[in-house]
Amino acid sequence: MSDIERPAPQPDADSAPFWAATLEGVLLVQSCLDCERGIYYPRSVCPFCMSENLTWNLASGRAIINTFTIVHKAPPAFAGEVPYVVALVDLPEGVRMLTRIVGCEVGDVHIGMDVEVEFSPLTDVAALPYFHPVA
Amino acid sequence: MANHDSSVAIVGVGLAGIPDAKGKSELTLQAEAAVAALKDAGLTTADVDGIFTASNDMSWIPSVLVAEYLGIDAKYTDATNIGGSSFEAHVGHAAAAIAAGLCNVALITYGSTQKSRRSRSLGAAGPVRLTNQFQDPFGLPVPLGAYALAAKRHMHLYGTTSEQLAQVAVSTREWATLNPLAKMRDVLTIDEVLASTMIAEPLHLLDCCLVTDGAGAIVITSANVAAGSRKPPVWVLGHGSAHTHATIGNMKHLTQPSSTDSGRRAFEMAGVRPDEIDVAEIYDSFTITPILSLETLGFCGLGEGGPFVTDRGTGPTGSFPMNTSGGGLSFCHPGMFGVFLLIEAVEQLRGESGDRQVPDAKLALAHGTGGALSSSATVVLARG
Ligand SMILES: [Zn+2]
Repeated sequence: MSDIERPAPQPDADSAPFWAATLEGVLLVQSCLDCERGIYYPRSVCPFCMSENLTWNLASGRAIINTFTIVHKAPPAFAGEVPYVVALVDLPEGVRMLTRIVGCEVGDVHIGMDVEVEFSPLTDVAALPYFHPVA
Repeated sequence: MANHDSSVAIVGVGLAGIPDAKGKSELTLQAEAAVAALKDAGLTTADVDGIFTASNDMSWIPSVLVAEYLGIDAKYTDATNIGGSSFEAHVGHAAAAIAAGLCNVALITYGSTQKSRRSRSLGAAGPVRLTNQFQDPFGLPVPLGAYALAAKRHMHLYGTTSEQLAQVAVSTREWATLNPLAKMRDVLTIDEVLASTMIAEPLHLLDCCLVTDGAGAIVITSANVAAGSRKPPVWVLGHGSAHTHATIGNMKHLTQPSSTDSGRRAFEMAGVRPDEIDVAEIYDSFTITPILSLETLGFCGLGEGGPFVTDRGTGPTGSFPMNTSGGGLSFCHPGMFGVFLLIEAVEQLRGESGDRQVPDAKLALAHGTGGALSSSATVVLARG
């Protein structure tokens, strides 16, 4: 493991509900009550219609890989973890998340793969939503 | 191009500290580049009334600092930072300011001692705030990882290959062998690119831009001042800038950056079509970057960038001269490359490029990409 401290989320008023839910193993995604679109990352204003009428929904936990990269030379804090997969995944709730793909060989990951959320403990304020292939 | 009354022109360019600052600061290097550019134009710091710069780490008020160092009292200032494309955006802003009578002689500078100070890293450590809290904890190397995600998607959609990506580095290196200032001047092969260290798939070490020191400066002015300049003016025919997202997770279509928009507006303003461009300087932060730009700027169709770079050829023997300085991949890359795209385009249009001169270049394009494919800025230039 690296001696360098891993980057960890520092929750703010926008993101606190999201990160608090991760500690309970729950994935929350925002949506707009006016235009009904999904919003990620969490905000106070809808980026599609400027509404401030936003709500939190329980996500299905499922997603599809849009693209990914296998990291071989990592930022210093992650040097001990290579190779690992960072991906962009599309959720049925209409949002795209940057995440890790875990639970399989890095060489088995492919675009279009169905994946499902799990949570990797990190700090006392946040766990990281990672995704693994659907069995 | 008949009437230049309301036009603006680049009348001076200068470089300094490439690829090694030799102990000088980035402020010193920018001053040296500025003096070189002003001498090139036949002007002095006393003539400058507009100052433009961008910096990632030099100062929180970089245009004010550069002006102070050079003894310039500016009446127009712009420290717009949209990443590596900032300087193409500065050209547009300077052109608008000059046309509006807000300043008359604009100086654009950039400099960095990134190599000497070993300041480039792949990512953050410790607590991360704002939008970075949704990216950095997952270990994406930045900015490289963002471009790797786009490259992977491009390969998936269009069948683009690692060999096609490598061809960009190989052709660009061919130009660098002809540039005495270039950091990397040995001939490169596709096999060598593919055999270099994998950083984040599909990008190898030799798919990535260099880390060097260096500075550049440009002088832009009105047609009236340009009429008395030392060298033939290079006219700014068109410009456009655009941005769509800051972090890669917020990019809608990973293979279609905002160059679609910046390029369309620059070409429209210029009254020029992509197929009329004689020499193209297109930001090559990574080998995927110019492939995406070629497609979105209209030099080829979406998905055709890979075959374009192999079939047309972008090197000295190809039919599409691109990144004739050797680019960020082989010439220099002091953190941001945008200013060097413009300088090379100007020298090509003046016929000053020596062994790498594109014969009879009349129209040039300089196109910057910044951030995580976040920002685009396009400039169309014509020789006087
Ligand atoms: Zn809305």
